[in-house]
Amino acid sequence: MIPTVIFLVALLLVTLGVAAYATYAERKVAAFMQDRIGPDRAGPFGLLQPIADGVKMIMKEDFMPASANRWLFFLGPAIAMTTALLTGVVIPWGGTLDLGGTAFRLQVADPDIGILYVFAMVSIGVYGIMLGGWASNNKYALYGAIRAASQMVSYELAMGMSIVALVILTGSLSLNDIVEQQRAGLWNIVYQPLGFLLFVICAFAECNRAPFDLPECETELVGGYHTEYSSMKLGFYLFAEYVNMFISSAVISTLYFGGYDVPFLDGLGLPQNVTVVLGTVALFLKITFFIFLFMWVRWTLPRFRYDQLMDLGWKSLIPLAILNVLLTGVGYYLKNGI
Amino acid sequence: MATPITQPLTKRSQVVSEKRMTLMERIYLPAIIKGMGITLKHFFRLRKATVKYPEQLRPMSPVYRGMHVLKRDEQGRERCTACGLCAVACPAEAITMVAAERRKGEEKLYREEKYAAVYEINMLRCIFCGDCEDACPKEAIFLTDRLVPTDYTRGTFVYGKQWLVEPLDPALRVDVSKRQPKAVAEFKKDRNFAHNR
Repeated sequence: MIPTVIFLVALLLVTLGVAAYATYAERKVAAFMQDRIGPDRAGPFGLLQPIADGVKMIMKEDFMPASANRWLFFLGPAIAMTTALLTGVVIPWGGTLDLGGTAFRLQVADPDIGILYVFAMVSIGVYGIMLGGWASNNKYALYGAIRAASQMVSYELAMGMSIVALVILTGSLSLNDIVEQQRAGLWNIVYQPLGFLLFVICAFAECNRAPFDLPECETELVGGYHTEYSSMKLGFYLFAEYVNMFISSAVISTLYFGGYDVPFLDGLGLPQNVTVVLGTVALFLKITFFIFLFMWVRWTLPRFRYDQLMDLGWKSLIPLAILNVLLTGVGYYLKNGI
Repeated sequence: MATPITQPLTKRSQVVSEKRMTLMERIYLPAIIKGMGITLKHFFRLRKATVKYPEQLRPMSPVYRGMHVLKRDEQGRERCTACGLCAVACPAEAITMVAAERRKGEEKLYREEKYAAVYEINMLRCIFCGDCEDACPKEAIFLTDRLVPTDYTRGTFVYGKQWLVEPLDPALRVDVSKRQPKAVAEFKKDRNFAHNR
């Protein structure tokens, strides 16, 4: 019980810390890709920049439009942040530690339907954006919110389909089972390259990241759904995006890149705890790579037009995802029978 | 009749057509990967465009036209006689001055019988064209390669004599020789300008 609580708190802090430094990394990556230096004033190499940003956000005036719906305006960022943070509990962050005789899994909860839980939380996350946009009583915010909602609903379909193919392969919805199977065999990316690609594209759309950042499309919608937000409420929205990015990267690594699996590490005969820690480090390296990928794509591609976004989602990704399910099913049948 | 341009203006110009995209182009991914390659190349490029301004200065032209200086002569006397030609020449009307007569005993302070008791340049109006410098018959005002520092209120940009007149200490004098090319210096040696030396 007590280790679980400690682990939960540690997980919360790590998630927030990674998200905070993802904002710093984003600015640095953007700067380097544009031949600039990026933030370098707060602390060595600007490492204290996230703290400075946080202080700035808190010190700003917390303004609420007179015509806004008070409760929903408050609820929007709260839901966005809460759902973003809740997803982390089902992800297996490492193997089983040996704490002086008692075994401890580096996973808060392992429900049988781990993937569905992730999906449920991501779907509720849309409400945060939707409520915020609606409650602002501002047409730009509402447009942004509607775009966000329709975008997320559309891309969730293709995402779900690519997961269906994965579930056919593994026969389990538990994230833990999926990782253990990859530890025993090959990583799922080998079996599901198309599914992986679809999943990553949809994850970009779900996180509202470029090239799918239409909800906050500055050029036409001012700030999108958070136009009317200021101070820490705005901070929560922006921060939730980075938490989502972290969690998405963790989910991608878990589903397709073996989670905390390091190939051939088990054969080295290292002590169990060392193996587990190395596995967790490996998972975080994978996550770091995917966060970098998120940023890399953002600073490379321009934003889609809205109709192009819908075309891509409904006319390309969903048919491809269905095709992927079909191929996986046929392949599974040919190999294992029914 | 002008001959039509037959050769492309740059090496990068491309013929644009409305042909249908090929399959490779329509699946986007090759183009996306190519673009990501370009950004990655820039990511690892060491030469950055940033100039860390307060610590690091861009190389400036030796004849840069920045903040003005009111010169003193070799004996430390103010050269300006408040003739007002700079104010007349100023297209932005940024210069104002009040003239005063030199009293007995002030010969060490002012070079001639008349001097500027007040001399103000509004740095927000100034366009740093250098016409005041050209107009000055006494070689009193020069533009220098110093920058006008930023500030928060407009009033602080009206620079009086305490900021404009160069320090008395010979070591702290502002060097304006760069603003005078050799030819100009030669020209000023003419007998007709002897009163300025």
